[in-house]
Amino acid sequence: MSRELFKFKGGVHPPGHKSESNSRPIHAAPLPKKLVIPLRQHIGNPAKPVVEVGERVKKGQLIGEADGYISCAVHASSSGTVTAIDMQTMPHASGLPDLCITIETDGRDEWIAHAPLDYRAMVPAELRMRLRDMGIAGLGGAVFPSAVKLDPGAAQACPTLIINGGECEPWITCDDVLMRHRADEILQGVTVMRHLLGSTEILVGIEDNKPEAVAAMQAAAAKMDFAVEVVAVPARYPGGGAKQMIETLTGKQVPSGKLSTDIGIQVFNVGTTYALARAVHHGEPLISRLVTVTGHVLRPQNFEVLIGTPMHTLITLAGDRDGTTGVLMGGPMMGVPMPDLEVPVVKATNCILVKSNELFPPLPRALPCIRCTRCADACPAELQPQELFRFAKAGDFGRAQEYHLFDCIECGCCSYVCPSHIPLVDYYRYAKGEIWAREKEKRAADLARERHEFRLFRLEREKKEKAEKLAAKAQAKRAELAADPSASGAPDADAKKALIAAALARAQAKKAEVAPKNVDHLTPEQQHSIEEIEARRAKIRELAHQPLESEEKP
Amino acid sequence: MPSPFILDRSSVTQVMAWVLAALLPGVLVYVWLFGPGILVTLSLATVTALAAEAAMLKARGYPAKPFLTDLSAIVTAWLLALSLPSLAPWWLIVTGTLFAIVVAKHLYGGLGQNIFNPAMVGYAVLIVSFPVQMTQWAGPLELTTAHLTLAQSASVIFGGDLPKTTLDAVTMATPLDALRTGLLQQHTVDEIMTQPIFGHYGGTGFEWLAAAFLLGGLVLWALRIISWHVPLAFLAGIWLTAGFLHFFDAGRFGAPWFHLFAPSVMLGAFFIATDPVSGATTPRGKLIFGLGAGFLTIAIRTWGGFPDGVAFAILLMNLCVPLIDQYTQPRIYGGASRTKEPPA
Ligand code: SF4
Ligand code: SF4
Repeated sequence: MSRELFKFKGGVHPPGHKSESNSRPIHAAPLPKKLVIPLRQHIGNPAKPVVEVGERVKKGQLIGEADGYISCAVHASSSGTVTAIDMQTMPHASGLPDLCITIETDGRDEWIAHAPLDYRAMVPAELRMRLRDMGIAGLGGAVFPSAVKLDPGAAQACPTLIINGGECEPWITCDDVLMRHRADEILQGVTVMRHLLGSTEILVGIEDNKPEAVAAMQAAAAKMDFAVEVVAVPARYPGGGAKQMIETLTGKQVPSGKLSTDIGIQVFNVGTTYALARAVHHGEPLISRLVTVTGHVLRPQNFEVLIGTPMHTLITLAGDRDGTTGVLMGGPMMGVPMPDLEVPVVKATNCILVKSNELFPPLPRALPCIRCTRCADACPAELQPQELFRFAKAGDFGRAQEYHLFDCIECGCCSYVCPSHIPLVDYYRYAKGEIWAREKEKRAADLARERHEFRLFRLEREKKEKAEKLAAKAQAKRAELAADPSASGAPDADAKKALIAAALARAQAKKAEVAPKNVDHLTPEQQHSIEEIEARRAKIRELAHQPLESEEKP
Repeated sequence: MPSPFILDRSSVTQVMAWVLAALLPGVLVYVWLFGPGILVTLSLATVTALAAEAAMLKARGYPAKPFLTDLSAIVTAWLLALSLPSLAPWWLIVTGTLFAIVVAKHLYGGLGQNIFNPAMVGYAVLIVSFPVQMTQWAGPLELTTAHLTLAQSASVIFGGDLPKTTLDAVTMATPLDALRTGLLQQHTVDEIMTQPIFGHYGGTGFEWLAAAFLLGGLVLWALRIISWHVPLAFLAGIWLTAGFLHFFDAGRFGAPWFHLFAPSVMLGAFFIATDPVSGATTPRGKLIFGLGAGFLTIAIRTWGGFPDGVAFAILLMNLCVPLIDQYTQPRIYGGASRTKEPPA
């Protein structure tokens, strides 16, 4: 129980604001009249709709199937009728619409037939595909398809499995209450993960500001037939980040640009683990999750919410108040402002944080950077945020990349401590966006150039082939003539034309071959030998083509 | 508005206010041991700095309030005032402050943009242009035969008439000046050190002033407003360089403790070399910056044309900052080396 803990670099101590919402029991949010279920709720390819407008669906029924390996299915969260498959506003910073399936619920909440999986009897790959088809994705925020992460790959096994109950973001408590009230089921999910990954060491990391969760998980762990070490780690944002949790528990850092599995560690959020347990032991796809509704509401608490429930219904349920200045999905450090409150709860929605001016005063005016490097001291990615800021601001994206812009995890620690109140993360997002856009443009341009070059090449080839065809014909004719001198005369013009064309084609081919090379200042000998070689090659090509032509002839 | 939506309670104003507060022990000791004249110098520099700052902000089209209240101009004014001779004439104070704020700060782009520490630029300009006036130091009260009141000090500073004899009775050569002059006259360090101006470690009175600045600096470190890297490296640079020379020839080179316990060194180590804007930013860079400044300080004191070298040493190191920073970029999380590859 006295595991040696390690300190990750950087981090900050924002006020936790956990007690507002973590003392009330979990309430099931009532069934809404309408569910809007986006087909893209995970990282990877969006799901493909498999229902039609007007179709009746049951709770848990597949409505969007996974499209490829890195993808995830989506399901009807309740029974009802599909009323639309169209673009709807998404709970995303961009506010851009995306394809969603709208279900008008019938209030019966009627389940589709489902049964637990006998996972021990299944081939691992088959089990993983089932999990993908049951919509299991990371609920800690990244929503990466879990099936992919449960594949130990070439290594055959992933020795260390970390269950992340860090929940370091202020205000959010959905993992906390889940661990308090459903610890046993979380560990049932761990059983399946351990089975798939072949892990021998199971660690559960929980920040020490959640003593009740630690106690509940420890009690549950004691009942398991394999060792599960529940570890309280010092609360420090972003200690619940996967990389930080790994470092705290093992002292290892994930090499830049690599995956944690490369160092034999896989990390799952407790919510994901719970969802996996529901899927395997009850046969239930991922159609609901815990959501913290907190901040400027009357009764901050956690709800069990069906995916697709409009956010405003939850705020009403928690008691909306005057003076609301905005709503975030997620916490105050990395949360995303919601474009409107009709947007649905999705798999990534861990928290709905209602803002007011008292709780979240408008940020003060930014002053110039004074290079105090407090940001660098706070950066868990161990970057130099002040330099990234300087380069991003100056539009020097090359230097920004040299200074590891893409290792920035956008945790917000740098902005949080900056005495000049510079919205640093915003500059990094902007710079990343610009670099991606340019990269994409460049790729598009490269592709276009390749296509163009290929077209030129094709035209050239076709021309050559045509000429060679003609030449062959002429040759055949001449052979004919030689064999039958009586038929001389008229066709001569044709043959001549063909010969000229063939010569032209050869000359052109030669030019095409030679032109791109360094052909200046060649000695006459070199020139001669090149010409010889080219001529020979041209002949070989001709020869290679001729049988083809003859075959084509009827 | 993007994340994060909360901020720590820090601000530039708060940082600067702490720096000013940390200078107060030094100011108090100054008044106690050298008389109240420094208060006149501090006030004049402060007023000049604020006026110049306001005028420059207006001229450059910046809002006055957020930038005047950041207190950075006052910090510059105080650092310059505490570096100047305590009975320097008013126009010297004003010229130095104006140069610091107008040229070294605003013409380089204002807060956060200046390559050189403004106070040190002001100081350097004055000592190069007006070397004679830059020697008007009030001696420590315990050694001088006459003491000036606040009004008399103001009178001296503003060019009022004071009998020449009185002025001579209150001003003295600083310990560094005395050492320099003595060495030029072929005396050994031991002979020179018998003069009453030399105290236990540094100069009489001056060493206590140095200790007060050290105390303020330690407070800034305890509050994490400055990191330990620069002061420690700066002091180490001085101690090692002076110690090496002293070991090599104790008759011609002052003891390391003597060099260390000069007020300019402690002020430089904790308040000036730690100026974030003009200093190095990486941990290793800060060490190089401090060591370099320490070494240069002794080098200038020993072989240069000026009695003290802190200002020039820091300015020279300011010049090297971009290079230092570039070559001391620390390892990042996950240990990637620098890469120029585009994102995958
Ligand atoms: S914390 Fe802010 S002011 Fe300080 S170096 Fe970083 S960006 Fe600049
Ligand atoms: S947002 Fe990026 S640069 Fe800022 S502290 Fe986090 S990882 Fe570092």
